[in-house]
Amino acid sequence: MRFVDEFREPELISKTVEEIRRLAGTERHYRMMEVCGGHTHAIYRFGLKDILPGNIELIHGPGCPVCVLPMGRIDDGLAIAQSDVIFAAFGDMMRVPGTQGSPLEHKARGMDVRIVYSPADALKLARLNPDKHVMFFAIGFETTAPSTALTMMRARAEKIRNFSVFCNHVTIIPAIRAILDSPDMRLDAFIGPGHVSTVIGCRPYEWIAQNEHKPIVVSGFEPLDMLQSIVMLLRQLKAGQAKVENQYKRVVPWEGNRAALRAMAEVFQLRPYFEWRGLGFISQSALRINDKYSEFDAEQRFEVPGIRVTDPKAAQCGEVLKGVLKPHQCKLFGRECTPEHPVGALMVSTEGSCAAYYNYEHRKAAMVGLSSIA
Amino acid sequence: MLPESAPTRFRDPQIEMAHGAGGKASRKLVEGLFAPLLFGPAPGPLGDAALVDINGTPVAITTDSFVVKPLSFPGGSIGELAVNGTVNDLAVAGAKAEALVVTYVLEAGLPTPVLEAEVRAMAKAARDAGVRIAAGDTKVVEHGKADHLYITTTGIGPVLAGVSLDPRSVRLGDKILLSGPLGDHGITILLARGELDLEADLRSDTRSVLPLVEALVHAAAPGIRWMRDPTRGGAATSLNELARDCGLGMVLFEDQIPVRNTVRGACELLGLDPLHIANEGQFLAVVAPEYADAAWNALRLAPGGNKARVIGEVREQPAGTVLVTTLYGGSRIVDMLVGDPLPRIC
Repeated sequence: MRFVDEFREPELISKTVEEIRRLAGTERHYRMMEVCGGHTHAIYRFGLKDILPGNIELIHGPGCPVCVLPMGRIDDGLAIAQSDVIFAAFGDMMRVPGTQGSPLEHKARGMDVRIVYSPADALKLARLNPDKHVMFFAIGFETTAPSTALTMMRARAEKIRNFSVFCNHVTIIPAIRAILDSPDMRLDAFIGPGHVSTVIGCRPYEWIAQNEHKPIVVSGFEPLDMLQSIVMLLRQLKAGQAKVENQYKRVVPWEGNRAALRAMAEVFQLRPYFEWRGLGFISQSALRINDKYSEFDAEQRFEVPGIRVTDPKAAQCGEVLKGVLKPHQCKLFGRECTPEHPVGALMVSTEGSCAAYYNYEHRKAAMVGLSSIA
Repeated sequence: MLPESAPTRFRDPQIEMAHGAGGKASRKLVEGLFAPLLFGPAPGPLGDAALVDINGTPVAITTDSFVVKPLSFPGGSIGELAVNGTVNDLAVAGAKAEALVVTYVLEAGLPTPVLEAEVRAMAKAARDAGVRIAAGDTKVVEHGKADHLYITTTGIGPVLAGVSLDPRSVRLGDKILLSGPLGDHGITILLARGELDLEADLRSDTRSVLPLVEALVHAAAPGIRWMRDPTRGGAATSLNELARDCGLGMVLFEDQIPVRNTVRGACELLGLDPLHIANEGQFLAVVAPEYADAAWNALRLAPGGNKARVIGEVREQPAGTVLVTTLYGGSRIVDMLVGDPLPRIC
């Protein structure tokens, strides 16, 4: 398969791993955070930890939109959908638990819940069901926010009255800042998010290099992409440099996608603050729908209960999200909290570090004689 | 003599869709509620079909209900699935379907041409598979109380000579064979629902696997330890069940697992694993190493078996687990499916 197989080519992968070993040496330990949940998933799916030297530690970052969404927002969205509203959302959201169960569980009890592949599909549902209201439960970073924006612009142009968006879009930079401000955090470098950067470009990361003196390489999602990014980070660290580099040039333009940024500016404005699961309230870290588009804002259009749910005390999602704890070091991991019955959100999405670790790794870690397998 | 019931272990407060998806939740329901109450405390491994002894002749019996949306899709339809699915459940129990009985649950308002088309599809599939539809029953429920049409088929047939299957007979070094590419059916259905704006030139793999099973049995009967058709929950779920039942590790070689490019592409795009996607015309077999070559040759030379491969082998570690290894030395655990496969976007 083109554009995939080239980046999984065993010989190139072994060569790149050799280069990593040579650069990393043995004297010191390197802690690199992959910001994006897609990277976390890829690391486990491709078994990259098996082939990296032991002194390169990958720390899973906050870039999983489902994982950082507070449970109260899910309850709010589902509360709106009680009143004869079609609840439309990405598949990612469907198993995320609210206090009364996940969207899928609500569907099993009779709520009209639809899985859509894009916000445009939700708008199509509104056109096809003129006697019903369709609410799109929007999640995601700058990766998905432009398509939500364009869909609202389309809805406005077509004067569609039975469509709204419950907006949970968040922005990546404040989350990285919160991680860096956290006192218990010691990181050497960042593997920068690939998909988000297709929209925002590479410039917004420059402060990480300049002010925090941490190298960051925007990376693709194939095994070779990630390994190359690690090589680039090691080269910078060895040379005492800290700059922003773009490994994912085939997709990410340095300046980002101006049309997408324009669409976001047309529809959204920054919220003064927003709650992140595990990280708490972060100022100017999320988007709301601006007044021009308020007719499509589910939070304006419907009574929103404004539910706030605190995470179970025993769950250590925040520590795992910040990379202070490994998933299996949480007290609930694999016991009370599993993919079938997630307590914390990191166990829900396959991009969440706990679910990825649980699905692909934890029994492997516990067993003996693994070396005879590879 | 009927077995005494055993205590139940199923604690979920209500039935969710995931309990029917064929993965972990389904297994919990079967093992935690049905098996203890119906089969007693020690039911043994639960296979695709049960073996009963009728006057000294081993006979396999199985039943399956078919609820599929949409009713027809590229490459097949619910009627065809209802016949092939039960024929296949018997085939992977090492048995040749002799007769089926069928139950229709119809929703009032179902257009007759739709029903007729499905009954015709069943008749054709039965002729193709060489099985007789011997009896049937029909129920009609109110409009809105069912989704068009549900079909249940129950099949019975004698076990093929020389075949003895048991997951507990699987040994270290056994080879894992797969009859053909994974994921065609599940991805075809996902796309045919029309909810995703994706199109691909892809057809369901629905077919009777009996001819392939017969070819395998003919070539390697004494070496066949276990077979399973990886329907809902995919190959990962079938192999996880085997790993648990025999206590050994199933190690798969990723580069040997046949998956069509269209299926791979759709899975990449939607964040799905082909090992979790449903199939309706493939089966997995575990074969003793000394029979592996004969088994593979028999499969790939049989009609429809040219994509068969040895995809892995049985090892001591990771015990009770399925591990996929890559050409470049990485590996990952592949668990049973949890709930239905959902597309992942953001």
